[in-house]
Amino acid sequence: MADLCAVVGVGQTKHASCRADVSIAGLVREAVDRALADANIGIDDVDAIVIGKAPDPLEGVAMPELWLADALAAHGKPVFRVHTAGSVGGSTAIVAAQHVMAGIHGTVLTIGFEKQSDGNAMWALSVPIPFGMPVHAGAGGYFSPIVRGYIKRSGAPSHVGAMVAVKDRTNACRNPYAHLHEPDWTLEKALESPMMWDPIRFVETCPSSDGAMALVLMSEERADKHAGPKAWVHATAMRSEPTAFAGREQVSPRAGEMCAEDLWRKGGITNPAKEIDVAEIYVPFAWFEPMWLENLGFASRNEGWRWVEDGITDIGGALPVNPSGGVMSTNPIGASGMLRFGEAAMQVMGKAGEHQIDGARKAIGHAYGGGSQFFAMWLVSNGKP
Amino acid sequence: MARRDVAIVATAQRPNQVGSTLTSVELILPVINEVIEKLGIERQKIGFWCHGSCDYMSGQPFSFVAAVDAIGAWPPIIESHVEGDGALALYEAWVKIQTGECDVALVFSNGKTTSGPIDRILNLQADPYMVTPLWPGFDSLSALQARACLDSNVLTEADMAEVAARSYRDALNNPIAYAKENVTAEQLLARPYVTAPLRAHDCGVPVDGANAVVLAAGDAARGLAERPAWIRGIDHRIDTQRLGARSMTESFSTAVAAHKAGVGDDRIDVAELHAPYTHQEILLRRAMNLGEGTHINPSGGALVSNPAMAAGLARFAEAAESVFSGSADRVLAHCTSGPMLQQNLVCVMEGE
Repeated sequence: MADLCAVVGVGQTKHASCRADVSIAGLVREAVDRALADANIGIDDVDAIVIGKAPDPLEGVAMPELWLADALAAHGKPVFRVHTAGSVGGSTAIVAAQHVMAGIHGTVLTIGFEKQSDGNAMWALSVPIPFGMPVHAGAGGYFSPIVRGYIKRSGAPSHVGAMVAVKDRTNACRNPYAHLHEPDWTLEKALESPMMWDPIRFVETCPSSDGAMALVLMSEERADKHAGPKAWVHATAMRSEPTAFAGREQVSPRAGEMCAEDLWRKGGITNPAKEIDVAEIYVPFAWFEPMWLENLGFASRNEGWRWVEDGITDIGGALPVNPSGGVMSTNPIGASGMLRFGEAAMQVMGKAGEHQIDGARKAIGHAYGGGSQFFAMWLVSNGKP
Repeated sequence: MARRDVAIVATAQRPNQVGSTLTSVELILPVINEVIEKLGIERQKIGFWCHGSCDYMSGQPFSFVAAVDAIGAWPPIIESHVEGDGALALYEAWVKIQTGECDVALVFSNGKTTSGPIDRILNLQADPYMVTPLWPGFDSLSALQARACLDSNVLTEADMAEVAARSYRDALNNPIAYAKENVTAEQLLARPYVTAPLRAHDCGVPVDGANAVVLAAGDAARGLAERPAWIRGIDHRIDTQRLGARSMTESFSTAVAAHKAGVGDDRIDVAELHAPYTHQEILLRRAMNLGEGTHINPSGGALVSNPAMAAGLARFAEAAESVFSGSADRVLAHCTSGPMLQQNLVCVMEGE
């Protein structure tokens, strides 16, 4: 029943720990202008805008899409705001695609952004809560016990996190937009990186970034007439579950498994490890790469870390993961999910430049948020479904 | 235009109150349970859940995360959240149903407006570099708009008082309304200004509230409600926020959204307008050409109970209920967001 939808333009900012040269509006415009230029359309050609970001207290502006209407030239248009925790960049792109798939709009601009230097993201995620029990752990403190749980369960050697970190930081050097460009990491050096939240070392942690990602989506009718490469959306999926309850599986949450199963089913994928050419997965702490490889159904249970050790997820491996450098090299929270979705699109459009995976035809973008409880994914391809 | 017929089939609203000590989960849980019980369906029948709320009102980043607990999201569910009024969450659910991915969706919102100074909290929606640091406050921005309307003879203070008097009197018949009074415009005009030219009665009363609405498509809707409120048109538009960059005496975005939603195609029996200030109701009526034949805000509207982020979805609930009861055939629900009617969503619903 639903229409097809294609990504026809991708644009992102140069990401940095502090983009003092632009305001929030300027940051968003940088990504939007690049996406529109990439799609070779003007803002007047856009029917609706779907915008997402993580919590407003990160910058101190409540519902900033209202104020941004001017910068987005949105006067007289629909502007829709999505907020689903860390998965927001992914779910925003999905909501935008649904506007097209439902036949409501022919051309939709979608944006994810965060200007974390305007606040303190780590502690904004862990404030004393007026009506609840405070966690006061920060994201690393929250996730480290879960990583320990994975290591215990899988028997992974302690250097796997550092291996992922070195891979992602090295990959990022091929991506001109990545926040961290640190070419000199070796496994030996990474293992000497200070322990932040045992077993998570400093190098195994994502940075805090300012950045934005924008995508131009079109209906099949418009995309067919549109020159240039396209990333056709083959499937989207979202799943959520509660943060905590007795017996909850937190290493490989059921919501993530169900979300992936739904994505593969909708996309006609029976063997993801074989059929997917490249994956952009939301890995804010290095250990989450092997954990999500299992959760997504790429690797079998307790085998994800072997994929890392065997170099399967390297550029040049059988399933390159995060050739862009991923969240480990660039993390403007509200944009991070859309960066995954957009980088997946860039790969199948052949627009990934130095980090292009040769012959990439099918790619997934993945995002998660909250206490590993909100999941958003999409499957894109250079051909129609 | 829409491919699938989608209708509101049930609603539940919490009685509006001031100074609630409940958490957002405690506010939401009863209305979710109530609306599901009304329909007598299994939770698993709900294919999509969508929530509207605002972190700044809860004083906590990711405040909506706890709402997943209120839903009872196990086994895992498909859900989403908008930072804004539940009416926008309803729009997302309507889009989702249009894709064919689900047939039944539950939309809910909560607004705990009395936990903090809402006038200053909503000030944070303004330009963070040029306007917010001046702390004009939401009431003052609205007062500037009212002053512009008065100066250009679009309306009078007596017109504004009439809106308030009608709302306060209508609220006497609404058990969940917070402010209610048998009062005349003349009596109200004798009361002092709060933020001139606004008197207390010109400003919506901040309250704590929560509500839930179930949408269903086609036959699913017919099976769930005797007289579903069918969505015939729904659209939302935004204006610039910049002070001085748009007319304060008309609402362009409302006019566009109303046109797209098909408001002018036929008479409207009942219009539930989300107007947190009296002069804004008059601007909305003008933008949508609503005449004498339309009963405006029989519930008392957001003026008598304004649970911010839930007040727009409350308009949908009230308008749909008037279709359920048969007291109206063609109704309008409206939601506004941002200072001075910046963003507006308009929906037309009909009974069969």
